[in-house]
Amino acid sequence: MPEQHHTIERHSIAEHHSTSEHRSTAEHHDTAESPAPNAPAPNAPAPNALEVRGLTKFYGRRPAEALERLRDGATRAELAGLGTAAVIDVDFDVRQGEIFVVMGLSGSGKSSLIRMLNGLVEPTAGTVTVMGETLTGVAPRRLRGIRRKHVAMVFQHFALLPHLSVLDNTAYGLEIQGVPASERRERAERVLERVGLADWGHRFPSELSGGMQQRVGLARALAADADILLMDEAFSALDPLIRREMQEQLVELQQELGKTIVFITHDLNEAMFLGDRIAVMRDGRVVQIGTAEEILTDPADDYVAQFVQDVDRARVLTAGNVMEAPRALASAAAGPRAALRAMRDLQTSMVFVVASGRKLLGVAHDRDVLRLVRRGERSLDGAISADFAAVGPDVHLSELFESSVEQELPLAVVDDEGRLLGAVPRVTLLAALGNVPTDTAELQVLQTPATVSAEVMTATLRETAAAAPPDTPLPVDELALIEGSAS
Amino acid sequence: MNDFRLPLGDLAEGFIDVLTDTLGWFFSIVRTVFLAFYDAVEFVLVTPPFWVVILALAALAWVLKGWKLSLGTALGLLVIVGVDQWEHAMESLALVLVASAIAIALAVPVGIWTAGSDLASRIVRPVLDFMQTMPAFVYLIPALILFRVGVVPGIVATIVFAMAPGVRLTELGIRGVDSEVVEAGHAFGASRGRILRQIQLPLAMPSIMAGVNQVIMLSLSMVVIAGMVGAGGLGGDVVASLNRIDVALGFEAGLSVVILAIILDRITGALGAGRRRRDTTSRSTDAAARPDVDETPVPAASVAA
Repeated sequence: MPEQHHTIERHSIAEHHSTSEHRSTAEHHDTAESPAPNAPAPNAPAPNALEVRGLTKFYGRRPAEALERLRDGATRAELAGLGTAAVIDVDFDVRQGEIFVVMGLSGSGKSSLIRMLNGLVEPTAGTVTVMGETLTGVAPRRLRGIRRKHVAMVFQHFALLPHLSVLDNTAYGLEIQGVPASERRERAERVLERVGLADWGHRFPSELSGGMQQRVGLARALAADADILLMDEAFSALDPLIRREMQEQLVELQQELGKTIVFITHDLNEAMFLGDRIAVMRDGRVVQIGTAEEILTDPADDYVAQFVQDVDRARVLTAGNVMEAPRALASAAAGPRAALRAMRDLQTSMVFVVASGRKLLGVAHDRDVLRLVRRGERSLDGAISADFAAVGPDVHLSELFESSVEQELPLAVVDDEGRLLGAVPRVTLLAALGNVPTDTAELQVLQTPATVSAEVMTATLRETAAAAPPDTPLPVDELALIEGSAS
Repeated sequence: MNDFRLPLGDLAEGFIDVLTDTLGWFFSIVRTVFLAFYDAVEFVLVTPPFWVVILALAALAWVLKGWKLSLGTALGLLVIVGVDQWEHAMESLALVLVASAIAIALAVPVGIWTAGSDLASRIVRPVLDFMQTMPAFVYLIPALILFRVGVVPGIVATIVFAMAPGVRLTELGIRGVDSEVVEAGHAFGASRGRILRQIQLPLAMPSIMAGVNQVIMLSLSMVVIAGMVGAGGLGGDVVASLNRIDVALGFEAGLSVVILAIILDRITGALGAGRRRRDTTSRSTDAAARPDVDETPVPAASVAA
């Protein structure tokens, strides 16, 4: 399996520019070995890498008239007589270290949009600001400077130079930047190693498969060491297996290098998998911008809703998105009687047992708790079992199925410190995939039906009530009340 | 309406008269330069003994293509020597080389210009049509007036006649370069000149070389016609044999033209195919090492295109 050695190594080759300040090429080299900081912390407002305001591209005669009518809300179809309004009044910001996906069907204007972000296409109206530098309407020389410094691009059909070796292709951006030959060779080799093509530098692009050629395309963009990567349908020409592999590699690289990425795609699943935020385009306009989950669960209009109905929700939604509040919950400090009561009330066979601060200790099954109560034990410890599966909130649903099948119990969702955040019963998992609301109490009860009948529990509680500690949460008469309602 | 007539012929004549009057100095400079150029090339080809030239050309063929072309070149040239047309053939070859070199030097920049601008392309195209389809004899008339009898009007007429495919194929080649690759050049901040040098010209090279080949072949076909204005060489012999109804001389001179044509075509053809051939060999030898276990290799043709 030659692809295996593509596993990314954890050292960094190009540092991330966390500010819009730019260092000279020489300094770049000096600091090239420093570890790359990860993407900015989610709470810290990262400065915008890219700001797009009122961006419009109209192909045709009389652009002024077209612009005026577009401003009055004319649609693309209404302007068909004049020409084509490829992109209409688009606004968005891309934060540093973010993967921003522009998603739309072919002809929605996304290709013109990405080409305006580096000035390959001149906007009819609006501005593009890259790392604080305005790109619109500047002299060609200045525009070339901004491209060299700030924006690299990866193309749908790779766009490698067929007459240059893989190494020379990778070093192409550096060559244009005027980096000396020996240095650019060294840097290109490091990037090639990183994308898993270390041994292919002397080959020609035509000797590589599609996936490998696109790795060269990616390496060329990374080697240029620009702040922003524009990726134009970069994986669309690859077959599905390779595409998936490249998507995962891209996410991995992005997390290491903290590059800002603008990714164009017509594939919603790809958009959802890659995008920190997604802009959905239709007929030249952006109809919604939001996270994958926002677009999936709260589509802005019918078009988006229709669009997302086929999406592989399991790859988008995470445990944290779908989890429910863990109602079957018992505090270890409250003892076995409280646990049993909770189980009886919820008619469930298990409860999550938590310590102070909702730290998850394990689960307790009704039979075990019943036994403890009968024995008159004060501590729940004897009934706590580790027979449960816990997942982090960021785990995708697609990774939950296996655990969910193996486990009778809901999956516990815990954070890094082991605190219980919620639970994902099987029903919830299914409902999330089918986009069915789960906020009905019945579903929860059906999950793990009690293996011991409520009558037995009540009886046990009553029998042992005399031996119960004085601090039992519920007085006996109140218990009787519940009994009445339960039976 | 019978006496109505467009005075186009008179206009053309008047135009040539004006040219001679006002730009006479320019044409005599051109004449001097072209003549010097031709004399230099002819000197190189005619002065050494014939076998030296044959050996040199055979060696060139060997380097560019292989021993078969080399052998064929040597045999063909020996046939020319055998029919006693060597000196005339070398004069014709000199004329072809000079005319082609100048035609290519003009055609490639014009082709680059028209590839970059649709307006230029629209203007140049009918001019090329005119140059290519106007009967070649017709060029000789103004050329004679402007450059006087001799080899220079032959060269000029040849350049005008042979230039068109050079322009067309250069334009075609550059326009045919994958726009995404050119875009990649722009996206990484390369200047136009750099994109032309590093991307467009190298990728258009097969097409440009096909243009060079066509220019040379058309030049050779003009050689005979140039003989009519005293350019000498094989053309002179053909014209003389036509005047004397001399089948023997006509056949020998004609055959020599054919032999020269074939040799030039194969050698320039090898020049253009050289890179492509190297690519294919390296691809086939490396195919075994290609990791196509889990990746579908892209058809090589799609990249080469």
